[in-house]
Amino acid sequence: MEFSELIKTATVENVLLSCAGLPAVRGTLCITSHHLLLSSCPGGDVELWLLIRNVDAVEKRLTGSSGTITLRCKDLKVLQLEIPGMEECLNIASSIEALSSVDSVMMMYPFFYRPPSLKLEEGWHQFPLEQYFQQISSQVMLRSSQPLTGPNRRRCREDETLLGTILDEGERGFIIDTRSAQAAKQARMTGGGTEPKSSYPQWRRLHRPLERGRPLQESFAKLVEACSDPSLSMDRWLGRLESSRWLSHVKAALSTACLAAQCMDREEATVLVHGAEGTDTTLLVTALAQVILDPSCRTLAGFQGLLEREWIQAGHPFHLRCAHSAYSHARLKQEAPLFLLFLDCVWQLSRQFPFSLEFGERLLLSLFDNAYASAYGTFLCNNEKERSLCKVKESTHSLWAWLNRPEEQQKLLNPLYSHNALVIWPSVEPQSIQLWQGLFLRWIRPSQHLDEAWAEIQRLVEENNAPAKESTGNRLSQSLSDPTAGVS
Amino acid sequence: MEHIRMPKVENVRLLDRLSSRKAVLGTLYLTATHVIFVENGSETRKETWVLHSQISSIEKQATTATGCPLLIRCKNFQVIQLVIPQERDCHDIYISLIRLARPVKYEELYCFSFNPKLDKEEREQGWKLVDLNEEYNRMGVPNNYWQICDVNRDYGVCDSYPTEVYVPKSATAHIIVGSSKFRSRRRFPALSYYCKGNNASICRSSQPLSGFSARCLEDEQMLQAIRKANPGSDFIYVVDTRPKLNAMANRAAGKGYENEDNYSNIKFQFIGIENIHVMRNSLQKMLEVCELKSPSMSDFLWGLENSGWLKHIKAIMDAGIFIAKAVAEEGVSVLVHCSDGWDRTAQVCSVASLLLDPYYRTMKGFMVLIEKDWVSFGHKFNHRYGNLDGDPKEISPVIDQFIECVWQLMEQFPCAFEFNERFLIHIQHHIYSCQFGNFLCNSQKERRELKIQERTYSLWAHLWKNRADYLNPLYRSDHSQNQGTLHPQIAPCNFLYKFWSGMYNRFEKGLHPRQSVTDYLMAVKEETQQLEEELEVLGERLANLQKSQLGDNKVKSKQQDRSKQLRLSTSNNSLANTPQEYSNDLKSFPSRSPSQGDEEDSALILTQDNLKSSDPDLSANSDQESGVEDLSCRSPSGGGCLPSEDSGKDSDEAVFLAG
Repeated sequence: MEFSELIKTATVENVLLSCAGLPAVRGTLCITSHHLLLSSCPGGDVELWLLIRNVDAVEKRLTGSSGTITLRCKDLKVLQLEIPGMEECLNIASSIEALSSVDSVMMMYPFFYRPPSLKLEEGWHQFPLEQYFQQISSQVMLRSSQPLTGPNRRRCREDETLLGTILDEGERGFIIDTRSAQAAKQARMTGGGTEPKSSYPQWRRLHRPLERGRPLQESFAKLVEACSDPSLSMDRWLGRLESSRWLSHVKAALSTACLAAQCMDREEATVLVHGAEGTDTTLLVTALAQVILDPSCRTLAGFQGLLEREWIQAGHPFHLRCAHSAYSHARLKQEAPLFLLFLDCVWQLSRQFPFSLEFGERLLLSLFDNAYASAYGTFLCNNEKERSLCKVKESTHSLWAWLNRPEEQQKLLNPLYSHNALVIWPSVEPQSIQLWQGLFLRWIRPSQHLDEAWAEIQRLVEENNAPAKESTGNRLSQSLSDPTAGVS
Repeated sequence: MEHIRMPKVENVRLLDRLSSRKAVLGTLYLTATHVIFVENGSETRKETWVLHSQISSIEKQATTATGCPLLIRCKNFQVIQLVIPQERDCHDIYISLIRLARPVKYEELYCFSFNPKLDKEEREQGWKLVDLNEEYNRMGVPNNYWQICDVNRDYGVCDSYPTEVYVPKSATAHIIVGSSKFRSRRRFPALSYYCKGNNASICRSSQPLSGFSARCLEDEQMLQAIRKANPGSDFIYVVDTRPKLNAMANRAAGKGYENEDNYSNIKFQFIGIENIHVMRNSLQKMLEVCELKSPSMSDFLWGLENSGWLKHIKAIMDAGIFIAKAVAEEGVSVLVHCSDGWDRTAQVCSVASLLLDPYYRTMKGFMVLIEKDWVSFGHKFNHRYGNLDGDPKEISPVIDQFIECVWQLMEQFPCAFEFNERFLIHIQHHIYSCQFGNFLCNSQKERRELKIQERTYSLWAHLWKNRADYLNPLYRSDHSQNQGTLHPQIAPCNFLYKFWSGMYNRFEKGLHPRQSVTDYLMAVKEETQQLEEELEVLGERLANLQKSQLGDNKVKSKQQDRSKQLRLSTSNNSLANTPQEYSNDLKSFPSRSPSQGDEEDSALILTQDNLKSSDPDLSANSDQESGVEDLSCRSPSGGGCLPSEDSGKDSDEAVFLAG
C-alpha cells in the first residue's frame, strides 16, 4: 500500500480552520501521509500540525458549493475546516478517513519519525526489571490471569504448588478477583474460573468487580458527550455526569487498589490480583496500588518505570484498547479506556496529595495523548512479542527519551513536590472524587486563569528556592570581590 | 444558667458518623454558652466545643442497650452524635439544650458575655475598621450626580434602611417619600454601587405596589432620576430577581413589578432566583446527601442534582454577571429588586459589586461589601439565621449562598482574591455564632437601639487581627486577574459549579485533600520575604563592613538553616494520613478524633471568657494526628479493618476470620 493512493487531494487553498476558544485562521490545507497541515496564507506560518492518527471521527456537511469537515480527535479536541469546493471537501474527508484508519503498525508515524535531537536507541532500556525486584521486601503483590478451572473443575498441581510456595507455613494471602463472584463462576463455562478454596487453602478470595470492555468505553463516550453538550442546563448536568458512570468507575478502581494496598501494608499479607486475562483491570489495580504504597513510583522516573513494567511489558493491549477514543462512530471492537481510567485515578491521588507526586497533570495528559496517537513507539502494539516482531525498539523513538530531555522534564515536574515516604491513603468518598476537568474539559473550559495560578505557584516556589538565595550570595561575593562597590 | 438542668454527664460516647469503631468515651459539660465534650484519656483530653447558637436541631433517638442517643446538628454543618448512658440524663440535656439553643432575648446571646479582654478604646477602634462613609467616598460619591439624603434621619421613611443613603441629586425629598410609599416596606431605590469610570450605577429597592394598574408619579420620577444620573446612557435596566410567576402572583396582592409602559426608558428583566422557602428546602436536601452513610457515587450525584442547590447558586451568579456586564460593558445603570429587597437583592448586588470592583476582592473590601449590601441595608440576620427563637419559616441560607458564590468564583479565578477559603468559612461560622455583635438584629435601627457597638465586639477587627491566617498566597494586586471586572464563563459552564465540601463537609477532614497548598505557599512566601528582609539588612551591614573592612560570614549560614526548616514543615504536613476502610464499601473513615486544646487544663474549660472560643475551628473535630500511622487501625486479629470475604453462594468461599 502506498500512502499516496489514499490521498485524493493533497492541497486545498483558502481553508478556514476554527477551534473552540481560538480565533479562526484561513490558509492552505495540506495532507501528507501522516499529517494534516494548515499554513496561513501570507507568511506561510504553520497554524496546525495534526497527526492524522489522532483523528477519531470525521464528519462532513455540504452547503452549496462548499463544505465543512468536523474533525473529532482522540485527545478530545474538536476542529472545523471550511473547505471551498464540494469535491475538495469530499476528497479531503475521505483521505483523512482512510489515512486515520490505517491499521498496520509498521505504517504508523513512529516508524517514520526521525527527530534530529534524539537517538533511536535512547530510552528503550532504562528500566531493568531486576532493579525493581531488589527493593521488594517480604510481602509481594502478584498478578496473573484467571486459572483455567473450566466446567469440570480441573486442577493443576503445578499452579497450586506455585501459589503454595509463595506463602510460608501459616501465612495467608489474598486473591483479589476484579470480576464479580457471579462473573467469575460463569467464566468456568468458557474454560476459565477461580481458584477453589480446597485446592488453595492458604488463599482467601475477594471479588471486587471493576468495569471493563465495552461498558467502560461507552461510559467514556457518554462523559465526553455530556461535557461537550452546550445545551445542558445546570439541573441536568449532574444527572448526565452520573449516568455516564465514569466517576463511579474511578471510585471503584481506587477503592480496589486501596484494598490491595491495605492487604499488603496493614495485614502484611501477600496479594494476587487477577481478572480474566490479567491484562486490563488487573494492571489497573496493581499499578495503582503501587503508586499508593511506594514512594519510588511517585517520582517522574519511577512512574515511567511503573508504566513500562505494569502496563507495557505486562502486555496491556494498547493497540486494541486505544484504537478509538470517545468520538468514534466506528463499530467498537476491543476499545476500552483502562489506561485513561488509571491516569484519572492517579490524578485524583495528585489532587488529594498535592505534594506527594513528583510530576504534574501535564505528564498525565501527555501520556493520554501518546497512548492514543503518538510519534513515538512506546505505546505501539499489544505486547512485547508483537513489539519485537515489528522491531519497535530498533526502528522507533521512545517517548521516555523525549520526555526526559531536561527542557521537557522541567515542564512535567510538580513544583510542590517533596518526598513523602509514607503510604498515601486517599479518600474514596464521593465528595472527594472530582471530574478531571484538565482532561475532559481541556479544550472546552477556559484555562487561562488556572494556568496563571499554576504559573504563580511556580514563581513563588522558584523565588524561594533559587533567586533570593542566589542573589544574596551573588551580591555578597560580588561586593566582597570588589571592595569599592556599593561604597558611595 | 437557670436553664441548665444537668451541667455534667460522665461516660458519654461521642460517635463518629462514618465509622462505628471510632467512638470515644468522655464527659459532657453544659455551660451557659457552650456544649463541651472532653474525651477521657489522660494524654490528650481532646475537646469538642459547640456554641449554643450554632445548634440548629437536637434529636433524641430511641434508647438502645448502650444508652440514649442524642443527635445535634449545627448551623456550621457540624453533626454531633452522642450516646448518654442514662435516659434521664439524656432527657435533661435535651431539654436544657432545646432552651439554650433558642434564646428569646438578645441579651442571652454570646456576644453580650464574650469578653476578649480588650479595653474600651480597642473595642471602639474595632468598630471603626469598616466605615461606610469612607466606602462611598472611595466609590466617588457624593459628586455631581449623587448625594446623601437625610429623609431617613430618624428612620422616619424606612425603618429597615440605614440613616444615610445615596440618591440621585435630582431626586427631591418629595420624590423619595412619594416613591417610598409606592414600594414594599417603603424600601425606595437607593445607591448600592457607583462605577466611577462611566457613571453607571447599581441601585436597589423593594417591589413596586403596582398591583394590576396602579401608578406613582414620584416613583416614575425616581427611576428617571437614576437614569439622568448616568448621562451616558438613555435607559436603565430594572432587574426583578424573582421568577416571573412569583412576581405576577404578587400583583394580586397589590404588589408586583414595573410596567414598561408607565416608566419611560426602562428595560425590564426577570431573573428567576427562587424564594427563601425553596432555598431552605434545597439546602436541607443537600445536607441530607452529605449525611448519607457511605453513599455511592450515584447516590451522591443524584442527590446533589435533586437538591437543586447548584442550580440556585448558578442563578444567583448569573444575575450578578448580567448586572456587572450591564454596568461595565454597556455603561447602563441597573435597579435591582425582588419582593422586599433584602434577600435576593442583597445577593445579587453584592455578587455584581464583587465582579466589578477588585477592591471588594481584598480582605478589607470584602468586609466593607458585607457591611454595605447586607448589614446596612437591613438584611434580616436575626430571622434568616435564627439567632433568637422565631418563625422557622423565616430561616433561609441567603448569605450562605452568597458566600458560596464567592467560593465558586475563587475556584475559577485563583489569583483574584486576597483572602482564602478559610476566611469565608469563618465568616459563615460567625454569622451564626453570635459571638460578635455585627450581625445581630434585623436592621441598623434595632442594632442602634441595643447599643451593639458599646456592648459587643466587632468581628471585622477580630478577623483583621488574624489576617495572616486568611491570606491567599496566589493573590497579587498587580496581577491581571485584579485589573477591572471579572468575567466568569457563561456557557457552557455547568461543570464550573462544584460541590463545596470544604464548607458542607467541613468537619469531615478525611474528605479533603490531605495536604494544604495554601498553607504551604504561605510559608514559602513568608520565608522568601524574610530572606529579602535579611538581604536588605545584609546590604546595610555590607556597606558598614566595607567601611570597616571586616568580615562577617554568619548571616549566610543562618539563611540556609531557615530553608531547611521550611522543607521540614512541608514534609510534616504531608504525613497526616490514615487509610479508610476500603475493605468494605459500606464503611468509611478512620479516626477523625476530636482534638484541640491539648495544652489546656481542665480548669480552663468551664471559664466563660475563654478566648479560644473565638476560633471557629475550635469546635471542629479536627484530624490532628501527628502524621504517624494510625496504629489503632491495625488489629492483630484483623479486626474490623480486615476485608470481609465476599459471601457469594459459591461454596468454595469461606469466611476468612473463621480460618
